[in-house]
Amino acid sequence: MNNTKAIEVFGLIKYYGDPSAGSGRSLLAVDHISFAVPQGQVFGFLGPNGAGKTTTIRMLTGLTRPTEGSARVLGYDLATDLTCIKKVIGVVPETSNLYDELSARDNLMFMGQLYGVPRRERGERADMLLRRFRLWEKRDTPFARLSKGMKRALTVAAALVHHPQLVFLDEPTTGLDILSARSLRALIRQLRKEGVTVFLTTHYLEEAERLCDRVALIVKGRVVALDTVEGLKARAQGRVAVEVTVGPVAKEGDKRLLRFAADDVPTALRLALAEAERQGQPVLSVHTVEPALEDAFIELTGLSAEVMMAEKGGR
Amino acid sequence: MWRDDLRGIFYIALKDLRAYYLKPPNISWGMIFPFALILTFAIRQPGEIRDLVPGLLGMTILFGTTSMEAIVITFERRIGALERLMLAPVSLPALLLGKVLGGMVFGLVTTVAVLAVAAAGLGLWGANWPLLILALILSAAAFSALGAFVSVVVREVFEAQTLANFIRFPMVFLCGVFVPLSDMPPALQAVARCLPLTYAVEALREALAGDISWGTEVDLLALIGFAVVLFALAARTLIARLD
Repeated sequence: MNNTKAIEVFGLIKYYGDPSAGSGRSLLAVDHISFAVPQGQVFGFLGPNGAGKTTTIRMLTGLTRPTEGSARVLGYDLATDLTCIKKVIGVVPETSNLYDELSARDNLMFMGQLYGVPRRERGERADMLLRRFRLWEKRDTPFARLSKGMKRALTVAAALVHHPQLVFLDEPTTGLDILSARSLRALIRQLRKEGVTVFLTTHYLEEAERLCDRVALIVKGRVVALDTVEGLKARAQGRVAVEVTVGPVAKEGDKRLLRFAADDVPTALRLALAEAERQGQPVLSVHTVEPALEDAFIELTGLSAEVMMAEKGGR
Repeated sequence: MWRDDLRGIFYIALKDLRAYYLKPPNISWGMIFPFALILTFAIRQPGEIRDLVPGLLGMTILFGTTSMEAIVITFERRIGALERLMLAPVSLPALLLGKVLGGMVFGLVTTVAVLAVAAAGLGLWGANWPLLILALILSAAAFSALGAFVSVVVREVFEAQTLANFIRFPMVFLCGVFVPLSDMPPALQAVARCLPLTYAVEALREALAGDISWGTEVDLLALIGFAVVLFALAARTLIARLD
C-alpha cells in the first residue's frame, strides 16, 4: 500500500437534464463530491439505490460527462486524458454485458484485441482467466448459454484481460448465489494482494466491512462520511447493538434477524422486542453484538440498512 | 491514439461480422431479398431486366447495409454491450466507424452476390469495373452511415426498423430505381436530388454502361458527402448522449 492516489475527485457534480431548466426537468445525481482513493486499496462506495454510486463510476470511466468538477485517475486528467485512463482501468458494470453470440473465450479474446494485448499474450491471458474463474470447461459455450454466476464471473474476467491497475466493480455480487459471491470476494482480496486498486460499489454493508480498507457513504448524491471501516465503526462506539431472531420455530427459511443499536442494552432490546411484536413474530433468540459498519451507517445516514437490502431484493 | 482507434475500428467490425452479420440466417436473408426482387422483375418485364440492374444493386446495398446495422447498434445499446465498447480505449467516432465498416462489408457481400448472378445471366461485359467497385464502396459507405444515424437517434430496436423503413421505402420509389428521374414531376426530381440512393443508382448505371461523364463525378462526390455528413451527425448524436 502507498500514498499515491489512484483516484482524486474534486467537486464533481452531475445533473441529468438541463440544470437551468429547473428541478422538474433535471435531476441532481451527484452533488459536489470530493474524495481520494490511495493506490492498492479496496475502496467501498456505499449507498442506497439512486444515491449516485453508478453515476460516479460512469463519470470516472468516461461513460458520462461531469456537469462540473474534475478528477484524476491514476494521474491522468479525466477531461483531457480519457483514452490513457481507459487503457489502465477495468470496469465491471452492474449488468453482465458481454456478447451473447461469442463464446466465453472469444469474448475474452475480443477484449484483449480492443485493449491492444499482443496476440500470443492474449490467448495465454484468456486461458489463464478462464481457469482462474473456473470457466475452462465452458470456454466454447456462447455467453448467452452461461449461468448467471458464470456470466458475472466472465464479465469480471473480461475486465482483467489487459492487466488493469484499477478495477471498478459496480455491485459485483448482486444476484449471485452464495458460492459465486464468496468466490468473487476472494478474487477482490487477491487483486488487492497483487497491488490492484479496487473501487467497489455495494449495498451489502457486511461485504464492504469484510473487503474494504476505506469506505465512503453516499446519500442523495453527497458523500456523508469517508473513513476506514474501523474509523466508521468507532463513530458508533459507545452504542450497543442487539440482534433478535424472530419467526416460526418450525420454518427455518422464514426466520429473520432484527438488529437495533442504542446507547444501552435495555433501550436496544426494547426497540427490538417492540419491532418483533409489531411484526407479530415470536422471539427465538437474543444476542448483544459489537457495533458494526451497519450501525455506523444508520448513525451517519439516518437510513435503515434494510432499506438498501430491500431495494436490491435482499440477500 | 490513432493506433488505438485503427485497432478498435478493425476489431469492432470483425466482431460484428462474426457475432451478427455472418450468421447463416442473416446471410440468407441478405441474399433472398435482392434475388426475390430480381425474380419479380424478371417475371414481369423479362426484356427490361438489364435496365433495372443498377436500381436492384442500389436497393440491395441500401437494404444490406442498413437493415442489420441499425438493429445491431440499437440492440447493443439496449443490452449495455455498446457501453462495453465505450469503456475501451477507442474514441467514439472510431467505435462508430467500426460499426459502419461492419455494415458496409455485409452490404457489399450481398451486393457482390447479386452482381455475380447478374453478370453470369446478363453478361455485363461493357461495365467499367473500377468505377463500379468505387460506386459500390461509396454507396455502401453512405448507406451504412445512414444506418448508424438511424440507430443512434432511436432507443428501441423496433423504432430503428420503423425509422429505417420510413426513410428507405420512399427512397426506393423516388430515386430512379423503377421510374427514370426524367419522367418524374420537377418537384419530385428536386426531392430525389436530396436522397443518396439517387446518386448511387446513377453512378451504378453509368458504371455498368461503361460511360464516365461529369455527372459521374458529381454522383461519386455526392455519395462521399452523404457518407461524411450522416456519419458526422451520427457521431455527434452519440457523443451528445454522454451528457
